This record gives sequence, C-alpha cells and structure tokens, in this order.
Amino acid sequence: MADITAPIEPLPAGTADDGGAGDERIQDIGLIRRLLVRPEIGALIGAIAVWLFFLFFDGKFIEVIGLARFTDQAATLGVMAVFVALLMIGGEFDLSAGVMIGSTGLLLGYITDPNDGAGWSITTGLVITLAFALSIGFLNGMLVTRTKLPSFIITLGTFFALRGANVGITRIITDETRVTGVDDAPDYDFWFDVFSRQVTIAGERFQIQVFWWIGLTIIGTWILMRTKAGNWIFASGGDANAARNMGVPANATKIGLFMGTAFAAWLVGIMRTLESRGMTASGGVGEEFEFIIAAVIGGCLLTGGYGSVIGAALGALIFGMTRTGITFAGWDSEWFFSFLGGMLLFSVFLNNYVRHRAERMGR
Amino acid sequence: MSAPLLEVDNVSKFFGSVIALNDITTSVNAGEVTCVLGDNGAGKSTFIKILAGVHGPDRGEYRVEGEPVHFGSPREARERGIATVYQDLALMPLMSIWRNFFVGSEPTVGVWPFKRFDTQRAKGIAHDEMAKMGIDIRDVNQPVGTMSGGERQSVAISRAIYFGAKVLILDEPTSALGVRQAGVVLKYIIQARDRGLGVIFITHNPHHAFPVGDRFVILNRGRSLGNFGKDEIGRDELISMMAGGAELEQLTHELESARTDGG
Repeated sequence: MADITAPIEPLPAGTADDGGAGDERIQDIGLIRRLLVRPEIGALIGAIAVWLFFLFFDGKFIEVIGLARFTDQAATLGVMAVFVALLMIGGEFDLSAGVMIGSTGLLLGYITDPNDGAGWSITTGLVITLAFALSIGFLNGMLVTRTKLPSFIITLGTFFALRGANVGITRIITDETRVTGVDDAPDYDFWFDVFSRQVTIAGERFQIQVFWWIGLTIIGTWILMRTKAGNWIFASGGDANAARNMGVPANATKIGLFMGTAFAAWLVGIMRTLESRGMTASGGVGEEFEFIIAAVIGGCLLTGGYGSVIGAALGALIFGMTRTGITFAGWDSEWFFSFLGGMLLFSVFLNNYVRHRAERMGR
Repeated sequence: MSAPLLEVDNVSKFFGSVIALNDITTSVNAGEVTCVLGDNGAGKSTFIKILAGVHGPDRGEYRVEGEPVHFGSPREARERGIATVYQDLALMPLMSIWRNFFVGSEPTVGVWPFKRFDTQRAKGIAHDEMAKMGIDIRDVNQPVGTMSGGERQSVAISRAIYFGAKVLILDEPTSALGVRQAGVVLKYIIQARDRGLGVIFITHNPHHAFPVGDRFVILNRGRSLGNFGKDEIGRDELISMMAGGAELEQLTHELESARTDGG
C-alpha cells in the first residue's frame, strides 16, 4: 500500500501547459484568490472614495445629518438591491422588479382607498398585494425555467405588461394617474409606523426603512453564505446543468429567487405608498436598472454565479451618497446619472477582469 | 475469488437499426483499473451511458458485485456506488473548492429557521479528502477556476469517492489536458485504485491507458476487439490495435516510474 497522503510533487515551473508563468504564479494566484473571495471589496473601496469625495465639498457628510440623509436616499434601493443581487448570482435578471413596486403600491391603493377603491383595511391590502407580487414572481420564474429563454426577455415582457396595466387600471378606477386616500384606512397609522416612520437617533431623524434594509442585508448574506440554499444559488448561477447533475433543484432555486425580487418590490411598494399616502401609475418604472447597477457595483457578475449581498448594499449606499452629495454641493441633479454611468463602467471592467482570471480554465 | 465489483457480459445496445454496441464483455475488480479504449465513434459514450445507468443494455447482462442490475436512472447507479465523472466535471469555476465539493449534498447543522450549511465541516472534509488524493491544498476557499486541469479532475474524483463510489467511471479525463497535467491525472487514477476502488478509465490514448491499466477493452465501431488482462497484451500491440499516435513515449516512462513508487 502506497503512502497516499504524500503530496504529489509540484510540476517544474515554466513547462506546464497553462502558459508557463513560472514561480511568481503562486503569489499571483494568492492575490487573485483573496480578491475573488471578497467580491464586495470594489464596492467598499468605491463607497469610501465617494464618501471622501463629497466630504471634500460639504462637511455635513461626516455629521449625523449626512448619514441620515444618504441612508434615507439609499434605503429602498438597498432593499431591492439585496434581492436583485441574489437573483443575479442565481444567473437571472428581473426587469419587472421596478414596475412591480408601482403595481403593488397601486393595488394597495385600489384596495384601501375609501372613495375610488374598496375601502378595506391596510392589513387586508398587505396580504392581497403580497400574494399578487409573489404570483408575478412565480410566473416570471416558471416562464424562465420552463422555456429556458433568457430572463432578460421574459421579464421585459412582464415589465411592459405591468407598466401598461398600471396606468390603464388606475385610469379606470380613479380617472387619474395616481391613487390616494390610503391614509384614510383605520389601521394606516400602525402600518405607517412599521414601514415608513422616522426614528430619532443622536438628534437626527432616520428612516425606519434604513433598518429594514440593514436587516434584509444581514438575512440575505446569511442565506447566501451560510445555508444550503445559498450554495444552490451560486451553483445554479454558475452552471445550472452541472448543478442539476449534482442534485441541485436549480429550477426551484431560480423560481424562489424571482419570488424574492417580487417580495422586495412588494415591500418597497408598500413603504412608498404608506410614506407618500398614495402611488403614481408610473411608480418604479425605470428603476430596475438602478437595482442591477447597484448589484453590479457590488461585485455581481452579469453572467451569474458570483457576487455579494453586502456588496449590493454598498452599491445602494454609493447611490444614496451620490444623490445626497450632489444636492448638498448644489449641482444639477442630472449629474447623478453621469456619475452612475462612470461607476458602472468601472465596476464592470473590474468584475470582468476578476472573472477572466478566475475562469482561466486550461481545458 | 469473489465476483468482480462490476462486470458486463455480452452487452449490446441498438438505436433503431444502428448497432451502437455489440457484445461487449469486461469487468473491473476492487483495486484494479480497466481501460476502455476506442477512437471517436467507437461506442465509448454509449458504453459509459450503460454503465452509468443512463441507458439500459438491449442485450446481455450488467452485474454489480455478482448481482444482475437494471438501472432506471443515473441516480440508481450512484446509489449502488457507481460514480461517473464526466468531462465537464460538474464543477463551477467561480465557486470555492469546498462549495463545489458539496454542491447538492450540503451537510447542515441546527434546526429550522437556523438550519445552516455546516461550512466548517465542509471545509474540513474537502481538505481531508483532497489530502487523501495526495493534494495538500493551501486554501479550500480557492475558486476551482484557479486550479490546474489535473487538480480540478482530482476535486471531482475525490468528491465521487467521498460520496460512496466503489466504482469510478472516468470519461476521457486526460483528453483535454496537456502532457504533464494528464500525467497528474493518471497518478490520481493510481491513488483511487490503491484505495480499493475499481476504476473504469475511458480514453482514446493507449499511452495513457497502458501504464495504469490492469485490463484493456478495445472498442472499434461498436465492437470489441478484445478484453485483455495486463499480461495478455503488450504496449505495442495495444498501440497498433488502437492505431494511435507514436509520441508520448516519454510520458509512459514517467508514469511507469510513478507506478513503481506509488504501487
């Protein structure tokens, strides 16, 4: 019996078939490996850089008021980014995630508005809207996994269908392009406190949505990094066929992830509707790209199988800081988009580099 | 002498009027390597699919530990300890070694809703199982994509062994690799054999097969050109039967020395 624990002799450097990079390859892999293990590193550095940049223009950035403002700006985007990141790591996109915020908010309005709508309680409305959102998510997931078509196209279809219905149905019900009267419901105050109240900490008012965002980031990270489902998400996004061969229920995983983004859209739709006592028919439209961008800045690859929930949350934070910083500095708010574009390109280049190094497969 | 771990007796497979495989007979014992050689289109893939439980044979008998079997699915074959490592290895390059090792069979700890992937245990097992293959990985967090082709093969092989494989079917494990990486994989085959597994090594390269094989089956256009023990066939005969290339002598020598050290 041989000593099978003896390590196999290392191959002579420079003669291998994988490019023959020589001894320095070992160091090289060490560095890349460390970068790969932490996909959120780019977003962390980015967040610090953006914070320092705006601090240079306005000292409020280091004060509690600055923190309260930019976290308020980031909170609902952050809630979305957590679930969109999970979906992207699972290898799919959801372009209907933005418009679904509008759909759930409007539906809550139709149900609770005593004048044009049914005038039911918010509690009833929450149950019905959640069921509605999860059904749309399930439908998205079923269509994608059954047809094996790109989710980009399927959810683009759902996006347009919902976008049209949001305006059409709202017009029929209210004769306007918004619903109001949500605050007339008897249990409005209770649910407002749960989803949209402000809490005073250190003399500044923070949106409670910030704590929802932080809580969901922690839960999302835990699911991704520490549960069986998390491993399935990585595997389904990395190579769905190989995952299936190893016994991973890849389709169920993906359907669950689509229901996750739908859940987030429901939550954000509720938050915004309660906060502004109504919802416009165009609510959420166009925001789907912001969620994807936040996830990409956070290190998620467009091809799936790799990314971070914390990174996506940091991506949302960068959004919030940029929006707030541009306002504080008194610049035109449209500069936000230029800034966003720059951040996105930089992140994609970084992510692409990371992927190429990691997939340097000598097959 | 107990029955071989796995044996096929005159198995045939037809697809309509096409005879994909005709009367193939061979066996593998624990601690032995049976090489299945054949050029492209010789019927190697059909043969693997029969062994792996994807197809049932149309004629002939398939026995595991002396007992006739009729697998309805690859899962049934796996449950009997027959593990197939396909060329794509079913590895995700961007996932760490330990995550890949347990994809689809994650060990858990705790009760719902705090039931979680036992990552410490997974890391420990992945490290130890790789060590048994003779690979001391510095960091199990390393993404599989940063490993060499041979090392990646070893992850797939040690994973199959850990999850209860008695017979390991390796589908062209060396064909996509360079000479040295192929040599590394051949050493893993020897490691698996020495740990008491039966190995079925499918290849088109007689230079890779000869130094590690205990038994050789040569397929040609769906037919068997023979089922030889190691003492019944010489390397030159094997090569001429395969009508393979003439290079890679060097590798063969290297592997023979590896075999003497390892065996």
